Amino acid sequence: MKKIVSVTVNGVLHELAVEPRRTLLELLRENLGLTGTKKGCGIGDCGTCTVLLDGVATFSCLTLAIQADGCSVETVEGLARDGKLSRLQQAFVDHGAIQCGFCSPGMLMTATELLRRSNNPNEQDIRRAISGNLCRCTGYQKIVEAIKAASEDTL
Amino acid sequence: MSNHRILNTRTPRVDAADKATGKALYTDDLKRPCLLTGAILHSPLAHARILNIDTSRAEKLSGVRAVVTHREAGTTPYGVSPARYDETVFCHDKVRYVGDEIAAVAAIDLDTALEATSLIKVDFEELPTVLDGRTAMDEGQPQLHEMYKNNICAQVHWHFGDIEKGRHESHLIRTDRLSSKMQDAAFLEPQSILAETSSSGNLTMWSSTQAPHYIQRTLAMALNIPLHKVRVIKPAVGGGFGPKASCSSAELATCLLAIKTGQPVKLTFDREQVFLHSRARHQFFHTMTTGVKKDGSLAFLEHECVLDGGAYASFGIATIYYSGSLLGGPYRLKNMKYDGHRVVTNKPACGAQRGHGAVIARALFEVQLDRIAEELGMDPIELRLKNVMEAGETTCNELFVSSFGMREALEAVRDSAAWKKKRSSGGKTRRDGKGIGAACGFFVSGAGYPIYRSRTYHCTVVTKVDEVGGGVTVSSGAADIGQGSDTVLAMITAEELGLSLDEVRVLSGDSSLSVDLGAYSSRTTLMTGHACREAALDVKKQILEAVAGMLEIPSETLDLRDGQVVSLAGELDFSKIRKEYLQEHKGFSDLPDAPQLTFAEASRIAFLELGTIIGTGKYRPPPLGGSFKGAKVGTSPAFGCSAQIAEVTVDLKTGEITVGHITGAHDCGYAINVTQVEGQMQGSMMMGMGEALMEQIIYDNKGRIVNANLAEYKIPTALDMPHLDAIIIESNEPSGPYGAKEVGEGAIMPVIPSILNAIYDATGVRIDELPVTPERLIAALRSKNDKREADA
Repeated sequence: MKKIVSVTVNGVLHELAVEPRRTLLELLRENLGLTGTKKGCGIGDCGTCTVLLDGVATFSCLTLAIQADGCSVETVEGLARDGKLSRLQQAFVDHGAIQCGFCSPGMLMTATELLRRSNNPNEQDIRRAISGNLCRCTGYQKIVEAIKAASEDTL
Repeated sequence: MSNHRILNTRTPRVDAADKATGKALYTDDLKRPCLLTGAILHSPLAHARILNIDTSRAEKLSGVRAVVTHREAGTTPYGVSPARYDETVFCHDKVRYVGDEIAAVAAIDLDTALEATSLIKVDFEELPTVLDGRTAMDEGQPQLHEMYKNNICAQVHWHFGDIEKGRHESHLIRTDRLSSKMQDAAFLEPQSILAETSSSGNLTMWSSTQAPHYIQRTLAMALNIPLHKVRVIKPAVGGGFGPKASCSSAELATCLLAIKTGQPVKLTFDREQVFLHSRARHQFFHTMTTGVKKDGSLAFLEHECVLDGGAYASFGIATIYYSGSLLGGPYRLKNMKYDGHRVVTNKPACGAQRGHGAVIARALFEVQLDRIAEELGMDPIELRLKNVMEAGETTCNELFVSSFGMREALEAVRDSAAWKKKRSSGGKTRRDGKGIGAACGFFVSGAGYPIYRSRTYHCTVVTKVDEVGGGVTVSSGAADIGQGSDTVLAMITAEELGLSLDEVRVLSGDSSLSVDLGAYSSRTTLMTGHACREAALDVKKQILEAVAGMLEIPSETLDLRDGQVVSLAGELDFSKIRKEYLQEHKGFSDLPDAPQLTFAEASRIAFLELGTIIGTGKYRPPPLGGSFKGAKVGTSPAFGCSAQIAEVTVDLKTGEITVGHITGAHDCGYAINVTQVEGQMQGSMMMGMGEALMEQIIYDNKGRIVNANLAEYKIPTALDMPHLDAIIIESNEPSGPYGAKEVGEGAIMPVIPSILNAIYDATGVRIDELPVTPERLIAALRSKNDKREADA
């Protein structure tokens, strides 16, 4: 039987009837059409589905939609404001941190969380923070450089 | 060194902002009205005869719209190489691996589709399996295909020069072996397909593919639809690395379901299906005997190789040729013998993966060079420098290298990584757990010939100028799968037309736009780059002729620069031809007021004079290669080369290996986009490091993959990866656009051997089986210690 879930996504409150077995990832992609959040594995191995749940980087494929009831969810679609990329997004663009782009949404959410809680992370902090987000294109080098640059605001 | 305005810079990718905001659409993000969901029934057995398939219960399930098997799909054989068409859309007589496709279902949602596949009853007669590539050719082994006697799918026997002569000239001869495991490309986007038909019978398929053109041909052939009624579109693709270059049963099945239901159908793999479908790295078993003269110069190479290719040929014919041919460079080697066999086994089919066919062969050869250097008492880099080819030379297997920065690349990594200082004096290794190793690589810059026999152009580009003036649209079938080819095409067009990137739109990855063989063999920058440049120059000529005609001056006195028409022959008064444009745009706020004519004005004037301005470009390589059998594989208009140095630390108690630093130098001819070249190099380092140290598909004794997920099939994380230094070497390739050639695959070549050589430097042991896991290394260290104690 479906349950009513009340969830704020990127600042907008949604009330949705969802089956209890549906994931937050399915709610975002299928119910709300927010396809920026990706499904790379569906079992919590790759990190492409990472969103911020009440500010905490969370695998949306391992989170049931009903667990997000009453919560605030931030996805990659919510990072830019008034058409302007966030500092981190701009750094990813400028530093070549994006190739195929499939890991980028999850990577950006994890890095957004990192930069909110840490003013000046060093390279090891950054690598540790994103170690749950796989990337197969970049060797992580330019992603680490982009996050570092965004943290230093040297864009 | 560059006198270009846009090329050779660090330009952000044209699709980066869309990818950073979630706006970029991948196939699974697409929606259509009345969209059905597809699912596939895979074989649970590695080898079995199909006695009966009963779909009746699945068909009756509420919500099911179609169930298809070989009865609906037919049995037209398809594959990659026309000489080895050994697949059908669905299995009809036998299943040959766990995962082989038997049936597909379209239903109102995924749950229903999956339930329906579970209701399909298949009666099997289980057959004995072939799971070991090394014994697959033996007498008495079960046979997978009638067309492959003794399970040999392809064999190559080459002899260039005279290896007996080389043997006589040799001062030192070594034989070494190296084997690997099957590997997965582990792109992050699972394959996804969306197909729909129109009322007039046109089929459109969106797919996460690297090669829309080849897929279009295969769909038309295998489903018996006229080619002109098939359109393949590649949306954003989340990485390919090779496996997405071949047409899959899933693509064919999804199209069939869309045809049968008359509704759009989407089918997306889960991660396990990505592993089951595979078409990724083969398992290699190499044996090499190399002889050198006293001074270290190479005398001969005798190379034997067995490839375990899984159940079907896929790209494997090219793989077995590449395994041999790409050892022709980057060293001067006059005498080379190669005997390769690709066998079929009851495992998922292998195909192309970054560094196609050549990575493990390269790894062994570079390890062997290190061992030879040690025996000769030479520095390994000095040994390599003694043997490297120079531009203008031809390999023994008739590959002509028109540009070649191999020496520069080796010297660059040697100096940048402080090789001489870090390597202990006199080449005597410290064996204290810290090691440094070097290696080189060699790769094609685009396959010289298409997969099907044809003198087709390898790519065409159509560049159209906005009739309203101002912008241009570049249309190409090229497939940007994340490597950044759209950005390269935009940069080339902007460079030639004097525009900014904002004024250039790139439409690509659509078989209806142009012919392009696709993203494989590291071909796009060189080949599509040529066609793109030609199309831009064609546009430029037409615009300048139109403007010059109105001014009654020779068009050669005009040029397009910085968004303007400039006169090369003194000042010109454009005001008389500007009047009409100003009249047309009454009320617009951004009217031109500079003395020079803007591109917007010039392109509008050209339209008014000539009609739609369309420029076209095309490229196909010149005839390449020798006349021996298989000479065409390995040919290319140009060759990339690279050198790398890896630094490792080994925990001698646990066998844990930490790669502390990789320094790579790659000769890409000319870096169209510096950031993207580095990105390709760094990505190659990551994939190579994973293959060297952690990546392996593990099968049980029934041919089932036991680690078909990204937790147990380990790829490097950000914590595993060291700092990566990418040094770009530019050798100005004569046959490349602006001197450019490949980087996408060549940069992976030296990664594995540089790490293997560093591990030896650190520990004094050599491992002849990849990946070098801590278990394998610690076992080798223990047996070395046991031997030492026994000797003492």
